[in-house]
Amino acid sequence: MGNFAANEGLSVFVILVWLGINAFLFVHFYMAFLVERWFYTRVLLGHALSWARAPAACLNFNCMLILLPVCRNLLSFLRGTIQCCSRTAARQLDRNLTFHKLVAYMIAFHTAVHIGAHLFNFEFFMDAQLDRNSSLLPFILSEIGTGDNASFLNPIRTNETNPTIVMFTTIAGVTGVVITLALILIITSSMEVIRRSYFEVFWYTHHLFVIFFIGLVFHGYGRIVRGQTATSLMTNRPEVCADQFEDWGNNGSDCAVPEFAGNPPMTWKWVVGPMILYVCERLVRLYRSHQKVVITKVVMHPSKTLELQMKRKGFHMEVGQYVFIQCPSVSRLEWHPFTLTSAPEEDYFSAHIRIVGDWTQALYEACGGDKTEPQEAWKLPKLAIDGPFGTASEDVFRYEVVMLVGAGIGVTPFASILKSVWYKRIQNNQDVFTKKIYFYWLCPETQAFEWFADLLQSLEGQMAEKGVTDFLSYNIYLTRWKETEAAHFRVHHEAENDPITGLKQKTLYGKPNWDNEFTNIASKHPGTKVGVFLCGPPQLGKSLEKQSLSHTEGDVKFIFNKENF
Amino acid sequence: MGKIEWAMWANEQALASGLILLTGGIVGVAGQFRGWPFAAYAVAAGVFVCLLEYPRSKRAKGTSVERTGQYCFTVCVKSFGPVTRNYYVRAFLHAAICVPGGFMLATVLGCVCLGIASLIYLAAAIRGEHWEPILPQKETTRKTDAVSVRNPPEMPPPRPPPEVRRKRVDDLEGAAYENPIPVSDK
Repeated sequence: MGNFAANEGLSVFVILVWLGINAFLFVHFYMAFLVERWFYTRVLLGHALSWARAPAACLNFNCMLILLPVCRNLLSFLRGTIQCCSRTAARQLDRNLTFHKLVAYMIAFHTAVHIGAHLFNFEFFMDAQLDRNSSLLPFILSEIGTGDNASFLNPIRTNETNPTIVMFTTIAGVTGVVITLALILIITSSMEVIRRSYFEVFWYTHHLFVIFFIGLVFHGYGRIVRGQTATSLMTNRPEVCADQFEDWGNNGSDCAVPEFAGNPPMTWKWVVGPMILYVCERLVRLYRSHQKVVITKVVMHPSKTLELQMKRKGFHMEVGQYVFIQCPSVSRLEWHPFTLTSAPEEDYFSAHIRIVGDWTQALYEACGGDKTEPQEAWKLPKLAIDGPFGTASEDVFRYEVVMLVGAGIGVTPFASILKSVWYKRIQNNQDVFTKKIYFYWLCPETQAFEWFADLLQSLEGQMAEKGVTDFLSYNIYLTRWKETEAAHFRVHHEAENDPITGLKQKTLYGKPNWDNEFTNIASKHPGTKVGVFLCGPPQLGKSLEKQSLSHTEGDVKFIFNKENF
Repeated sequence: MGKIEWAMWANEQALASGLILLTGGIVGVAGQFRGWPFAAYAVAAGVFVCLLEYPRSKRAKGTSVERTGQYCFTVCVKSFGPVTRNYYVRAFLHAAICVPGGFMLATVLGCVCLGIASLIYLAAAIRGEHWEPILPQKETTRKTDAVSVRNPPEMPPPRPPPEVRRKRVDDLEGAAYENPIPVSDK
């Protein structure tokens, strides 16, 4: 429970505050339309008026919020400032995309309520015009302003129309349809299936948000939601005059004909700030994209992995962070995120890119991957880097003993960490708090080993050189294998180096027995706090969390850190 | 954008449109709006579109993720054979279904969304895509590896007993061990 509170507490709090504000706005604006000023409007519309205005207020709030989590550079700046005060708060900023999606769902929900209520409103307005009977208040109200077209209440001015036509001839209606369509297209192309497989569709369609925001700002310009003017309230008080509607404006009556006016548009006040911030964000990204990034080395690893080593003036990274890479010659609009695999102590920064789709394949070809002879340096493509982003995984260094578990490609952030720990400990001879690292790498196939195995091999060599072999204990688990491979292992198990990785530490087969591992570590390090870090599938996370909790007894504490990467 | 299968997006869009049509229809009928017969039609059309679009097609390339519980819908849709397989048919079907929705405000949005889905399906059809059912026995084989890896072995590969397993690099001849278990290449 303590673990949960430490890991999730702030997120839960933020969500609750956000929901609370939504609820407050909804109720507040619902009640705001139940006052006297809107009496006559409610005669026509009933509570549908409030049901339309309340979600509208929530929509203003959420549309204001939705742009903020995607201002990466602003968040990066905030994170840097907050980091010194509270690392937990800084980690919250890494959940920006989750928050963006939550706000998007809320916008979709409120849009649905808003549209539903307005369907009723249109229907009621139309009813008022169609029942042309002077003894009905709704009709009398609808007739107001027929001459001067200024003080009317009912936006439907004639009975020779229908709601659909009215919708397409009012600013509010047209903008409403356009922005709802934009919203729907954005949502359907953001579904996980589309996003993961056809990123381009997602990315280009998402830019419909520009149309969304422009339409949103102009949505209220028609001022079709109309209430009684303040001056009119003095000459016609609804609680007294409503029943005497047949005498309005007649000599001897206390009630003048009421006059109505629309509210000025409010949305722009909510969204102009974030819109400006977002424009600044895009300008920053544009500026960054023009900063020169030099590719110093390109390495093709066998398992369809491309390693790019780069340099940029003024680039500073922490362990476990990621960058967005853009290659204008491949695509001018796409930025893709990649974890940094180099350590901050190195004079370059690198990313290992798996070739899985259009963009990565094109990048591979642009870097000369499909050619046999090495590329000339000047032929390498120009790149742009945005970042680095992500909370530094410095938490790793807070623990004396650390268990790092990476599954498959999830091992990537650990490359950065292992290298950095190595540099700190050995090269700079710093007194690092971390004294022992247990590293577990679970992999379903041998092909994925190559580039990381190279790293481990070089670390192994350097450790042997310095005589510090017990600092890092790594265990590689091959979770699946074929008959032919198994035969090969059997024959070669006597060899000095492991037949798969070439490392001195032998590859183990199957899945690790976590119970044994945890017990082992607990017995070797009594009285210490052991940090457990995972980058891998959630089921593994659950089982590690359980193990951490069950083995935290006596003086050994296992602290499971979720989602650091 | 070369490798995109438009049908995947068309499917999401059509499913969303079905839901919107259904919701608009329900509002229209519940509120007894003028022209509510169109709303009633929209309810039926919405349900039909949802049922048709719920089962995702198998992707031509890559792994297909099916929606929860879509198997029974897959069987139903598959049974219509070429009518549901062909995306030209779907494009025109959706275009036809959406038209009556345009006559009433409550269903106009569903109509336009379905129209857009119809256009995307047309694009998919022109590119030669078609609907393939995702069937359970085909799910387990993965075509991504060159050689298929069957279920992971439960036991680690057999090793000689510990005494023999100890490294005897100096005496490789003596360390040789007759493996009693035959090594086969299945």
